[in-house]
Amino acid sequence: MSEANQGQSVSAGPGEAVLELDQLSLSFGGLKALSGLDLTVRDREVISVIGPNGAGKTTVFNVITGVYEPSSGDVRFAGQSIAGRAPHVIARAGIARTFQTLRLFMNMSVIENVMAATYGHTKAMPWESVLRLPRARREEREVRTLAEEVLSFFGQRLAGYRWDQPAYSLSYANRRRLEIARALASRPRVLLLDEPAAGMNPAETHEVTELIGRLRDERGVAILVIEHDMHVVAGCSDRVVALDHGVKIAEGGFDQVASHPAVVEAYMGRHPEDLAEAE
Amino acid sequence: MSVDQRGAQEPQGPQVGADEWVARQAHRREYLPSWLGRAQRASERIGWWPRLALAGLAGAVLPSFGLGGFQLQVGIDALVIALLAVGLNIVVGWAGLLDLGFIAFFGFGAYGFALLSSAQIGSAGIHLQAWLSIPIVMVGAAILGLGVGLPSRRLIGDYLAIVTLFLGEAFVEFTNNVAPSKLGGPNGITSIDPIRAFGFQLTTNPGYYYLLVIVLVVTMAVLRLLENSRTGRAWRAVREDPLAAAAMTIPVNRVKLSAFACGAMVAALAGTIYAAQQANVFPTDFDTPILILIYAGLVLGGAGSIAGAATGALVVMVIYDGLLRSPAEAGYLFYGLVLLTVLVKLRPWRRLGVVLAATIAFGFAARAIARAASASAVAGGPGSSGWIARAVRDWVIVPANATVAGNFGFVALICLLIALVQVSSRWRTILLPPTLYLASFVWETRLVTEPSVTRQLMIGAILIVMMNARPQGLLGQRRVEVPA
Repeated sequence: MSEANQGQSVSAGPGEAVLELDQLSLSFGGLKALSGLDLTVRDREVISVIGPNGAGKTTVFNVITGVYEPSSGDVRFAGQSIAGRAPHVIARAGIARTFQTLRLFMNMSVIENVMAATYGHTKAMPWESVLRLPRARREEREVRTLAEEVLSFFGQRLAGYRWDQPAYSLSYANRRRLEIARALASRPRVLLLDEPAAGMNPAETHEVTELIGRLRDERGVAILVIEHDMHVVAGCSDRVVALDHGVKIAEGGFDQVASHPAVVEAYMGRHPEDLAEAE
Repeated sequence: MSVDQRGAQEPQGPQVGADEWVARQAHRREYLPSWLGRAQRASERIGWWPRLALAGLAGAVLPSFGLGGFQLQVGIDALVIALLAVGLNIVVGWAGLLDLGFIAFFGFGAYGFALLSSAQIGSAGIHLQAWLSIPIVMVGAAILGLGVGLPSRRLIGDYLAIVTLFLGEAFVEFTNNVAPSKLGGPNGITSIDPIRAFGFQLTTNPGYYYLLVIVLVVTMAVLRLLENSRTGRAWRAVREDPLAAAAMTIPVNRVKLSAFACGAMVAALAGTIYAAQQANVFPTDFDTPILILIYAGLVLGGAGSIAGAATGALVVMVIYDGLLRSPAEAGYLFYGLVLLTVLVKLRPWRRLGVVLAATIAFGFAARAIARAASASAVAGGPGSSGWIARAVRDWVIVPANATVAGNFGFVALICLLIALVQVSSRWRTILLPPTLYLASFVWETRLVTEPSVTRQLMIGAILIVMMNARPQGLLGQRRVEVPA
């Protein structure tokens, strides 16, 4: 499956749809977490997902990555339905993510964190690793090179002398960077970033905005990003999608969505005059 | 961390921020102080495989210092448990699966080898060569491991522990009750062939000792290569965070099962050698007490570290099976540990001196008073032997009826210990001499005469000390807990 997708990623021209959500719905018992969500992510496109807390943003990510199976509707990746597939299968197909609450492999070294994410793209069996057979050695070399490459994407922030330190010794901002590096190592076509700027200071937040642009331009990935910081959203997005109560309430350019009445209402509540009118 | 310390950092390397300083400081602190730290650094510099080879060599030359028959048997048992701990480390230390049925794979290996190398099956029995039977048994154990691992697809943590514990107990019941003509029931299987391969036959205890040293070293080397491979990284990633591991292309369930299978293979290997060396197997050999020893070794040595697992198991078994069985050596261990704890923990020196002097004085005074009150109160002799017994004879009270007095003393000691951790520092200093004296009293009257109970208590006490002094274990890496 991974080989098929790699083949497609070469042929896929910019602008082609890679990820499609089709009338996606998810209910937990009586609670509708998502209902009838449509969304198309094209190659090398950055889409921001915004919405108040509890709007269902992270739930969308969880459905796309296979943590939840949708109640109805479909998720298509490169034209193939992936709804209900196991998370590791979806990840191997080319969808990588980061987590809102950091989920690094804390007691593994920085470089091991990244190398672990290549599991699905390597094939050496345990005995090959033990006997150091050619395939195992070649893969280990490749994986190491890939890991060093994605870590050097962050320049001095995750420089070489940190690679053998345990992940827990990193600062908060660097943990977020390491999560992105780890996601890149799984060779994604679509990258889902869940609040990459959460808990960062203004300078770091600015860096995140630039980073997202670089990820798209240099790594050639499509990016779906959940973000609360409107500077980041305005700075990086090709398109913005606003959710509230699991329903898409607006979609379009940043200015268009930010001034959309439904979005303003979702964030600020109704205007008092409108409320009076409604009565 | 204060600002002036941050300013003092070395300017070499890339410009680093505060978090980097903290990271490096934590790294420095991993080393033990003084010469221990230097030794640690030196051993790190020579690399893992020369270190392992050196350790193996040290183990191999040990018998030439004139180990007696009993000591050699202790060594063999310790090596078997070390092999088991190294296998358990895969499942518990790396994959993070609390498998309490692990001992069943040891039993499976032993019974498997026994059936393939004895007169149990068929009229003449099966007498396979070891180079054939051991791989067969190991493959069988791997398949069994996959089966036992199946619950881990759905169960984690406490639930997995309980379910696997039942499976382990089921093995004991199975061997006890099913097919007594083949498995021997409670009488086990006797007259098992020794290890036989290519015309060789291993019949002596030194032979098994050397075999176990080699097998342990090779297993550790194999696991070391596995640890830093794709598979090892996947195991640890699953331990750290299964959800993130799945999102990073790792098939979590398959990886868990492979950990179970690999652990089972190592345990079965230990079982085959154990069965061949003992020449007989009984269901009780594979019950929870052994499991607890394996876990004690793994935890003491440091779960997650191969060298730690082996070292911890060797230490636990040498203490448990060797030292604590004979009253004289148990005495060294007891008084040594008490004295060491007091020496390390009591500061300032003045306080230490006062406590030690007070303890000695308290003893002589208490004994004089007891003798004045009743001659029978000091009529007994200390339970220890050797020079320790001579040293404490005129100091510790041992009544004629030592057992009853010891029982009361034990309860009083527990109460005193509980009181000791509750009270303030000044009262603790005052209470310490009577507590130490009472400990010695209980030891001489009761504990030393009951080695089977005492050694359990001692292992528990050692683990408590370890938990406080070095929670990551002897050779383990410090780990942070990741909230689920």
